[in-house]
Amino acid sequence: MTDLMKSRVVLGAHNVSHVSSSDFPHNYDGDLAWDIEKFKKNFKVVVGSLNEMDMEFDLIGIDAAIANAFRRILIAEVPTMAIESIFFHDNNSVLFDEVLAHRIGLVPLNADPRLFEFRQWDDTPTDLNTIVFRLEVKCTTNPKALPDEVDPKQKYINSNVYSKDLIWQPKGAQEEVFADKPIKPVHDDILLAKLRPGQSIVMDLHAQKGIGKEHAKWSPVATASYRLLPDIQILKPITGDDAIKFQKCFPKGTIEIEKGQAYVANPRKDTASRECLRHKEFEDKVRLTRVRDHFIFSIESTGALTPDALFESAAQVLIDKCKNMKQALNDMGLPATYDE
Amino acid sequence: MADTPVQKGKGSSIFSLESHGRDDLRYNGKKLTDPINTVEDKWRLVPAFLQTKGLVKQHLDSFNYFIETDIKKIIEANKEVRSDFDPEFKLEVKVPMGEDLRARTSYQLTPHACRLRDMTYAGAIEVDIKYNKGKQGFIKRNIEIGKMPIMLKSSKCVLHEKSPDEIAALGECPLDPGGYFIIRGTEKVILIQEQLSKNRIIVEPDRTGFISANVTSSTHEKKSKTGVVYGKAGKIFLKHNSLNAEIPICIVLKALGVESDREIAELVCGSNMEYLELFSPALEECSSMKIFTQKQALDFIGAKVRVTQRGSRVGIKPNWGDEARALLADTVLAHVPVELDSQGVENFRPKAIYVALMVRRTIQAVRDGGITDDRDFVGNKRLELAGQLLSLLFEDLFKNWTLQIKRAIDQQLKKPNRTSQYDASTAVSATSKFITDGLFRAISSGNWNVKRFKMERAGVTQVLSRLSYVSALGMLTRISSQFEKTRKVSGPRALQTSQWGMLCPSDTPEGEACGLIKNLALMTHITTDSDDKALQRLVYMLGVEDINLISGTDLYSDKETFLVFLNGVILGVHRQAEKFVNDIRRLRRIGKVDPFVSVYRTVSQRTINISSDGGRVCRPLIIVNKGVPLFDENDLKDLVHGIKKFDDFVITGKIEYLDTNEETDSDIAIYEKDVVYHPPNFPGIDFNDVPNTTHLEIAPFTLLGAVAGLIPYPHHNQSPRNTYQCAMGKQAIGAIAYNQLNRIDTLLYLMVYPHHPMVRTRTIELIGYDKLPAGQNATVAVMSYSGYDIEDALVLNKASVDRGFGRCVVMRKFSTMIKSYANQTYDRLADAQKGDDGIPITKHAALEDDGIAGVGIRIASGNVLINKQSPMETSQRPPGSAVGSSDPSAIPFRNTPVTYKYPGEAVVDQVVMTTNEEDQTMIKCLIRQTRRPELGDKFSSRHGQKGVCGIIVNQEDMPFAENGVTPDVIMNPHGFPSRMTVGKMIELLSGKAGVLDGNVQYGTAFGGSKVEDMSKILIENGYSYCGKDVLTSGITGEMLQAYIFFGPIYYQKLKHMVMDKMHARSRGPRATLTRQPTEGRSRDGGLRVGEMERDCLIGHGTSSLLIERLLFSSDAYDVECCSKCGLIGAYHGYCTFCESRESVVSVKMPYACKLLFQELMSMNIVPRVEVATLE
Repeated sequence: MTDLMKSRVVLGAHNVSHVSSSDFPHNYDGDLAWDIEKFKKNFKVVVGSLNEMDMEFDLIGIDAAIANAFRRILIAEVPTMAIESIFFHDNNSVLFDEVLAHRIGLVPLNADPRLFEFRQWDDTPTDLNTIVFRLEVKCTTNPKALPDEVDPKQKYINSNVYSKDLIWQPKGAQEEVFADKPIKPVHDDILLAKLRPGQSIVMDLHAQKGIGKEHAKWSPVATASYRLLPDIQILKPITGDDAIKFQKCFPKGTIEIEKGQAYVANPRKDTASRECLRHKEFEDKVRLTRVRDHFIFSIESTGALTPDALFESAAQVLIDKCKNMKQALNDMGLPATYDE
Repeated sequence: MADTPVQKGKGSSIFSLESHGRDDLRYNGKKLTDPINTVEDKWRLVPAFLQTKGLVKQHLDSFNYFIETDIKKIIEANKEVRSDFDPEFKLEVKVPMGEDLRARTSYQLTPHACRLRDMTYAGAIEVDIKYNKGKQGFIKRNIEIGKMPIMLKSSKCVLHEKSPDEIAALGECPLDPGGYFIIRGTEKVILIQEQLSKNRIIVEPDRTGFISANVTSSTHEKKSKTGVVYGKAGKIFLKHNSLNAEIPICIVLKALGVESDREIAELVCGSNMEYLELFSPALEECSSMKIFTQKQALDFIGAKVRVTQRGSRVGIKPNWGDEARALLADTVLAHVPVELDSQGVENFRPKAIYVALMVRRTIQAVRDGGITDDRDFVGNKRLELAGQLLSLLFEDLFKNWTLQIKRAIDQQLKKPNRTSQYDASTAVSATSKFITDGLFRAISSGNWNVKRFKMERAGVTQVLSRLSYVSALGMLTRISSQFEKTRKVSGPRALQTSQWGMLCPSDTPEGEACGLIKNLALMTHITTDSDDKALQRLVYMLGVEDINLISGTDLYSDKETFLVFLNGVILGVHRQAEKFVNDIRRLRRIGKVDPFVSVYRTVSQRTINISSDGGRVCRPLIIVNKGVPLFDENDLKDLVHGIKKFDDFVITGKIEYLDTNEETDSDIAIYEKDVVYHPPNFPGIDFNDVPNTTHLEIAPFTLLGAVAGLIPYPHHNQSPRNTYQCAMGKQAIGAIAYNQLNRIDTLLYLMVYPHHPMVRTRTIELIGYDKLPAGQNATVAVMSYSGYDIEDALVLNKASVDRGFGRCVVMRKFSTMIKSYANQTYDRLADAQKGDDGIPITKHAALEDDGIAGVGIRIASGNVLINKQSPMETSQRPPGSAVGSSDPSAIPFRNTPVTYKYPGEAVVDQVVMTTNEEDQTMIKCLIRQTRRPELGDKFSSRHGQKGVCGIIVNQEDMPFAENGVTPDVIMNPHGFPSRMTVGKMIELLSGKAGVLDGNVQYGTAFGGSKVEDMSKILIENGYSYCGKDVLTSGITGEMLQAYIFFGPIYYQKLKHMVMDKMHARSRGPRATLTRQPTEGRSRDGGLRVGEMERDCLIGHGTSSLLIERLLFSSDAYDVECCSKCGLIGAYHGYCTFCESRESVVSVKMPYACKLLFQELMSMNIVPRVEVATLE
């Protein structure tokens, strides 16, 4: 077993090898066994970028299974609020009730799901499990429009129904609780429907807490994913024209040339295009690898929670799951062999 | 320049809509100012062609010709009605000047109103009538003699030459191609009928293997088939169905006035000794029969005339000679005119030469060792369209109608003493329904019966399929063959090389109609009839020597002497064939001769054929002169800038139409680089070896039809895959028309979020598929996943489905009529029946106060939609039969509701209450169901690769790419090796490049975006050149060991959905007669244990299971049976035959068995049952 295999995934010309992690007890001689102290020492989180919607951070020194668990939980099990029930009073737009309801259901809301409870199907709606919205739009001709106007936006009033038309109706204590951050759709300009004079939409909408596993509208992320840190190994020096060609095989900034010799400047920028493996001149000169326990994690939030809060929630869900599991094992009378 | 609107097109108006907003797409992102490359951009002639003609130009042209020209000719030819009783009487039907069929409808009937109200879209046929009443003459103007169904978008349609806005205002879809009829609310297409061409000699072996030359003659009056057979021992006969024996050919020729054997020989053989040798037995036969003169010959033939022909003249001694003379003049080779000369004697000369030519052709075929004509050659076919078919029907109806009027008038006029003068116009108005009904019935049933020609065709019309936009379009270009489906011959089904550019090579159904049903290619034009009188004069002026002045030796003496035919009739000979042909072509190109006249030489037969008849398939090509295509850069600029239109290039002789026959006489280059030109007298090159290019193809992709044109990169696919896609594209759910939500169809499938494909073709843009698409761009990972993807099953991403992938709407119509009856009763609508608690019963939950389900209300299976009640008694009681009350209000009602009986919840979408033409009220309920894809729903890509959904997987379990993208669909790679759909792979590659680039890519046939360029785009964007990405498993979180082919492919959702098919039952209804479970899902039937299943159970030895399935779970019945006499039918343990109770036993048998016994007994066969105890 080479050192390479221990820590690197190798991207070949035709296949990926050494994919599985080997840090599993009893696979190799002693030193690879999982050890909490060692883990604590090696484990690192480095936040690369963070804003309201997106976050990129590195998870270093962790097993793929754990990183994947976070990813899976983020997609499917971190709860958010989404519109679940719609009470139509009027809809004579061209969109069918079901279709319009489906569209509106997918609109992300900025309500913090942690402040709400799940609502079972037979629960009565309360201010703790339901957010009420009202949508009331009527399209009319714009009296101020020029007679030869062709743009529907100018010609008519309310020709487009946007998510901003969803008006929050605070119930109970909601007004106080959400005083500093009134509940509304994350984006104001999501087109819900188009209307023409005489058409109107009037509806009451109830948002509920749910998880992405049940329906994608409750998924708090546009996507959460990770990739492994690329590690481009130049085995033999690449120089001259070859170096320029080599540089062009990678996204800008990955490879730089110094004194006519190519060197890896920023392997992060590599996108696994494997372009350099196609060319004969680089044969045996380069090896594309990935660091197996270095995850470049990215979370794109839909906007209900900030990505860092989402990750926290995901971690909490994972902890709860572990607790559950432990409890279940205890209940079975089997000894729990590890601590939290 | 770009702002000038392009002028409105004639047939279709898609392109005028286009010219503003869509220049970007139409011209592949090029600005009008960008440089134009003739070689690359000459395809722009295709949209220009379709702009002037529309997508279904063939139908429209044909119908327009009928309604504008032909119908007037028919009326003109049959205008007179005379009476047998009053020789003075005369009624004349006249076509009013400037008559417009639709001018006189009291309000403007729109096609869409007809669809909604179950009416017929028809216009009045109005004529002027001139007749006399006694000595007085009368003229009545604008009398309606019937209604004519109007083809949509034809010249008489309200949609004609309307702008898209105006069309939309009339409730019609601007993209709808038209070309169909609306009869009683249903859209009917008259399919294009393929037939063997009329009036042309076809040489082929007959059933017994002898070579024969056959002609099917067809004129307005007569249709007949004449054949010349080269029979045993070189004897040559004439065959005709009105002759009951074969006539030796020389006798026929003698009867036609060629009495001398030498002349006969010259007419047939010229001076060719070889031919003479083959012909001599025929000559000898004639002389051995001692027939030498015309009179002898005529008498001989007269004796052979079929008796039915003379049936009417029983008792009168027939003059056989005159009989034969008449037959030869009118019936045999009816299309060759026999004119009377100044003495009133028939001039048989042209016919004699024609017969001689037929003989010559057979001899030629015999000499050449049986090389015969190919009847499957497209040039030997004629396509009959709506106009021609309607014209046949109308002529028949009109003739019968005048006959009817004559009868009605005769009836009046034969009365000896009339109180008043008879007014003949009453007869006209009284019979006005005759023509209307005849036309409506034919179009709505598809049975085309024309008695005159013994024509009885079924299935001529079909209901226009509105499953998707392409299915409707595909139907309008469909050609159905007259050939029998059952016969096992491959010839008519095979792909003909002459179909190139005319008929689509891919679009044909699989199975029994394979190759018999074809589709038109994109640029095909079908000619309409045109007058040949002027052409005839022109031909003589160009140096053709009249056939009457030519002797037999002159006919075939010179190598350069060619026989000249016009529409199958010999006109004469020309001694400079090439010059003559070029002259006509030149005249055609400068517009002096109709552009659709074709002329071609057949060197082997030394004939020149000029055709101007209708039904020939032709297509436009760029003319090449001395190696230079006449359509050049400047022309292209003019075209793009809208200065010139397609027809301008035809008029100026840069583009011309060639039919299949003329194509054989031309040399067509596909690309400009293939153009060959050798100047005359070029040293070292023999002219005949290397023919010069005469024409250049406009765009090679037009050889495919509209439906096959949807396939990206079809030239990379295995050919059957394209054929499969042609069948499947018609089942794809998508947008149907812009007015789809206003339509009320029996069954309508719509997609909620259709996409236009990432990889398009030119055809897609030309037919407007990008505006009415049927499918979605799915991100596909080609990999194995989960085992639920075997046998082409697909894995769907649940999140994609949640977000709207594959979502569709199914709409169903439920309708009923509110009738009023003869006894003053009428149907009524009742409100909901209420239970004890005052709440409507479940069945009536959806009803509103008016007894009709309310719009927007959810309904489940079993709910009543229209709570109709009908009177129990509806017939008029005869007066005096006073049983009960005759008071109509006392008649009780029974429930006749319209019930929703389909699985799954649905919503009432629309309710329409309206009246039809007969003023009967009708109620239509449209029911809507929105469906998300589920396990077992069928999907397909555009490459004939269908598959069902095998599993729906959560997003987190899906593999994901470096950037976090998860696939919508996972397809198993085993679908590729055996199918060889390389086009699909290239589609993925181009689609992926398009996504990264922010462009649509093109997969046009024989062109499209190049793989090399696509790879370049992928590399520039940091992806592998081959489209394979690094994926990570969503389940383990580890990278997959293989690179996965990953990118967008356009997927179609097909109409076959599990919800409409799934079915199971444990117990349920049984058939009354046999008491066995009913059959079929609609009747909640059982699943049959058939013969093979039975065999299986026997093989397993599971006899108890067998008896359970076949008896106990089916129709077990206890039969009382007497063990002594063995008869069944004992009554309560008493055998009526033995008159005893002793030995009656109960036997369990299938009810069907008992039924059989009883039926046997009823026909005096005694089935006896032997009973023994089971050991």
